[in-house]
Amino acid sequence: MSLKAENINETTRWQDLTEGLQIHEPATSKNFETGEWRTNTPVFHEDLCKQCLLCVPYCPDSCITVKNGKRGDFDLKHCKGCAICVAACPFNAITMKEGK
Amino acid sequence: MAIKERMSGNEAVAYAMKQINPDVMPAFPITPSTELPQFVANYIANGEMDTEFIPVESEHSSMSAAIGAEAAGARTMTATSSCGLALMWEVLYVAASNRLPIAMAVVNRALSGPININAEHSDSMGARDSGWLQIYAENNQEAYDNFLQAYRIAEHKNVKLPIMICQDGFITSHAVENIELIEDELVKPFVGEYNPEHYLLNPEEKMSVGPYAVSNYCMEAKKAQAVAMENAKEVILDVAKEFEQISGRKYGFFEEYRLDDADYAIVAIGSACGTIKDAVDELREQGMKVGLLKVRVFRPFPGEEMAEALRHVKSIAIMDRCEGYNANGGPLGAELTAALYRAKCNAEVINLVYGLSGRDLRVQDAKAIYEDLADIAANGLKDSHYRYIGLRE
Amino acid sequence: MSELTEIRWHGRGGQGAKTAALLLADVAFNIGKHVQGFPEYGPERMGAPITAYDRISDKPIRVHSNIYEPDFVVVVDETLLHAVNVTAGLKKEGAILINTSATKEELIPLLNGYEGKVFTIDARKVCMETLGKYFPNTPMLAAIVKVSGVMDTEVFLQQMEESLKHKFAKKPEVLDGNMKALKLALEEVK
Repeated sequence: MSLKAENINETTRWQDLTEGLQIHEPATSKNFETGEWRTNTPVFHEDLCKQCLLCVPYCPDSCITVKNGKRGDFDLKHCKGCAICVAACPFNAITMKEGK
Repeated sequence: MAIKERMSGNEAVAYAMKQINPDVMPAFPITPSTELPQFVANYIANGEMDTEFIPVESEHSSMSAAIGAEAAGARTMTATSSCGLALMWEVLYVAASNRLPIAMAVVNRALSGPININAEHSDSMGARDSGWLQIYAENNQEAYDNFLQAYRIAEHKNVKLPIMICQDGFITSHAVENIELIEDELVKPFVGEYNPEHYLLNPEEKMSVGPYAVSNYCMEAKKAQAVAMENAKEVILDVAKEFEQISGRKYGFFEEYRLDDADYAIVAIGSACGTIKDAVDELREQGMKVGLLKVRVFRPFPGEEMAEALRHVKSIAIMDRCEGYNANGGPLGAELTAALYRAKCNAEVINLVYGLSGRDLRVQDAKAIYEDLADIAANGLKDSHYRYIGLRE
Repeated sequence: MSELTEIRWHGRGGQGAKTAALLLADVAFNIGKHVQGFPEYGPERMGAPITAYDRISDKPIRVHSNIYEPDFVVVVDETLLHAVNVTAGLKKEGAILINTSATKEELIPLLNGYEGKVFTIDARKVCMETLGKYFPNTPMLAAIVKVSGVMDTEVFLQQMEESLKHKFAKKPEVLDGNMKALKLALEEVK
């Protein structure tokens, strides 16, 4: 019997994996906290932000939350700290700091 | 009552395709399998099939489209030969590892070079370790019957692997011979509908196919795939039993022709087996105890079962219509010899390469092989264990 | 007729020798025989020598090699006599059938000392008188049925009429011409 994605890890036996490692659930990447990989962290300066939302589509990991047409803070559980958003922002509203 | 007809091997397989009426067929033409997409396109144009035919720009694309269609949940088939199969190489493995039960008619033809269009098993033998099931035919009847059984085996929940249904290019694909077809009313319930448990176009279940896997997961996935290949053995025999009920024709992993009490045996694949049977009958009339083991299922490889069937013989010639280019023998020779060793078989074994690029194997050639086997059994092996038949030298 | 009859056809690419071989297998199948009709394939080139084969038997046919010792040979194009050893392996109890306007006496020196029977037919003449166009395989088919005796010629004509009726349902004039060609060929083969 194959397991749910959240219960699969690197100790799972071959009998418990899906055929062809197919994934039969949506959005299982949420279970995988890539934020753990981060060595540098983006910092959001709300006072400088004009809400142009240019950073949102640039983020490769969909880690910039948007609510009611306005961006909020980063999803740091999944942000890898790539700093693409820093380069994308025309208003210097995002900077990087060392560490988590 | 069976329908008595006369058809070429290609017509016969196309007729099976029509009766099954799969959902999708992406295909690119290549001799000698070109007639298959042609016949299917005609059936579709005449309203006798409603398969979605996808003309593609290469075989890499036809297999890729087949993978996409099968993953989407459609019963999918294609056809190819020789270099076309070679061009599918990369994606053959993708189909198998993603556990997509595509059925492919392979009309065996030599791989270049020298460039040649005639029968040889080098194309499908080259793909023998790609994770596909492989079933071979002696004549048009077997090619038809095997295709009708293909989806039942491939789609079985314990298998879920793609399948190649092979026949010899021109020798059977283009030869018109008598055949018994099975009525639609019997074929359709036998084959059944395709109801995959998981498929991409299912709105109730989101899914991903073919994800990247790190080393920590790959071996486990491959073990599961290898076990599916082992599972196929039981399924192939079960499906054959059910098929016998609608056809009256018996199938197994291989056919034993006058092998029971034989001292000398030939093991071969494909159309040459009919010719060898005639040689067996002629020599039996002269009192020589000879027999044939005709391999039908090559993947999964029924090594143990073949070794058991050959346990009592004194000498064996394993025939490969394919050069191995390994200085050791052809693929059937290598695998069966290993199986015979594990079974502690004491027979002398030679591996003969024959019929490359359409070179004919005649009844007298087969008779000479049996004479040779008798000599080897009596006097031991003097010549090489790995040699050519029908070569000018 | 013996249990198994083997026929080898020699023609040139595009003349219909392969089609004629398959047609012969068809009519033999229709009277309940086991048949095998197959061409020897290579690159298909218009005008190049080609070979096709028929096996006709009362028993199922298993052998899948070419035919090396035919009972009968059909030569659809007489210019092949200069290019191909058409009598190779031909059984002397059998016969060779050649499409030609020449006499047997003129052809025998070209047959490599073949000792069996020689039949000729002028398929061009038969075609022009009945079809107005040169399709040699129609008269050659009738002629080999008569020469080989694989089936009764009356049964053959009935079979052909049925299959041509089906094939040319919308062109009855084609049916008439072909039937005339077949009948005339049966008379003309010598």
